[in-house]
Amino acid sequence: MKNLIEVKNIKKNYGKKEAVKGISFNVEEDEILGLLGPNGSGKTTTIGMLLGLLKPTSGQIFINNLKLEENRIEILEMINFISPYIELPKKLTVKQNLYVYSKLYKVKNIKERIEYLSEKLRIGELLNSITGELSSGQKNRVSLAKALVNEPKVLLLDEPTASLDPEVGDFVRTFLEEYKKEKKISILLASHNMNEVTRLCKSVLMMKNGEIVDQGKPEDLITKHGRTNLEEVFLKLSRSKSESN
Amino acid sequence: MSLTRIYGLFLRHFYLITRSFPRILDLVYWPSIQITLWGFISNFFATHTTYYNNAVGVILTCAILYDFLFRTSIGFNMLFLEEIWSRNFTNLFIAPMRIGEILTSLVITALIRSLIGLIPAILLTSPLFGISILDLGIFLFFLFLSLYFFGITLGILVSSGLLRFGPSFENIAWSTMFLLAPFGCIYYPIETLPEIFQKIAYLLPLVYIFEEARNILINQTVNIENVYYAFMWNAFYFSLSIALFYYSFNAAKNKGTLINMGE
Repeated sequence: MKNLIEVKNIKKNYGKKEAVKGISFNVEEDEILGLLGPNGSGKTTTIGMLLGLLKPTSGQIFINNLKLEENRIEILEMINFISPYIELPKKLTVKQNLYVYSKLYKVKNIKERIEYLSEKLRIGELLNSITGELSSGQKNRVSLAKALVNEPKVLLLDEPTASLDPEVGDFVRTFLEEYKKEKKISILLASHNMNEVTRLCKSVLMMKNGEIVDQGKPEDLITKHGRTNLEEVFLKLSRSKSESN
Repeated sequence: MSLTRIYGLFLRHFYLITRSFPRILDLVYWPSIQITLWGFISNFFATHTTYYNNAVGVILTCAILYDFLFRTSIGFNMLFLEEIWSRNFTNLFIAPMRIGEILTSLVITALIRSLIGLIPAILLTSPLFGISILDLGIFLFFLFLSLYFFGITLGILVSSGLLRFGPSFENIAWSTMFLLAPFGCIYYPIETLPEIFQKIAYLLPLVYIFEEARNILINQTVNIENVYYAFMWNAFYFSLSIALFYYSFNAAKNKGTLINMGE
């Protein structure tokens, strides 16, 4: 399988603080890689560097064999991002927002693309609603539609189902599984929901203090650490240093 | 009433102010600028009571010109701030847009916003006060163009500050125009300023624009040099603002401001 994301020994320092300490990983085509770690472990910094919002102190990032540093625009055309911490303009209707972003990503056949996403994500009846007046679950699906408007090859997801009720959360997870299978895209998923990660991810990276402390298939990590589920593995690895101290 | 809770809420704002250089700057310079500006205006009218006798519309014309500058600059800043307020900032900067495309789009939108405000103001002055800004003739276009460029330049400079310092720079965004107003000689000739302030004023395009507006309306003559110098300084500051914006964008990428637009 072809690697759509290649991260080679990236570091990020904020002054003397080392936020990310030289990590490397790949994400294959048609793969969801889980990025796990406690708060402050460097997940958001890593995603920020993949999006070109943060400049690595050193190291290299390749997306679809293109070096990010030299091909920022070409790469941004083929990736997208969703996070509960960013929103779409609240005063615009859903349709206006999707139309604006379709233009920014130079989408051809905008009408067909919005219709396709509306059907898949069940937001057809919301198209003329004001975005700021939607519920959390509706906003989440609209944000997902925005993130897919450019048919990305690489999707970066930061807590995509945070604050969603179980039904909507399950809908989003099912949608992501099917969409990934259909389009053969790569997804990097940062999440604190271990059930979600176990269900969606082929393999996971465990980060702590800016480093990758373990990685592998969820079931292999559970066996390796002698635990019964991924949450217990997460807790063991998160607490390991503080216990030894 | 709990003094502890009152003190707690006071501390919330006090800590915020002491952690933010733009907020401290805003507190310090605002009163000083107001006093300086109105001091010069009062001083001028006290010593030159007959200066505007033969040109009733001069003050109003200058007010419209200044308002256009203000609207252009604030309009540009507003567009940038809207993205921060709506938490859409990150979405914008992960879209495949070049910095030049973002700036060009904002520059065009700011112009349309300013014209929406300007046209009714121009139309109102004639029936209400019996004067017309169109008395400035063809040079009105050049004066507006010059003001537009300077307004955009200030907008880009402030946006660079927002990129570098985050939303705490917002207060500066609102008050940039007032900071420059005393040096702009909007309502009084440059001779009203102390000599040291005159030297600073000559480094800004504003003084040439407003001096020329008064010159045309009061003396009925055109000094093409004023228009020329205004454009020269505009070109200089505009280039500087673009360079600073690129610098701030790169600094924000190093510092992480683009993914962390909080207070």
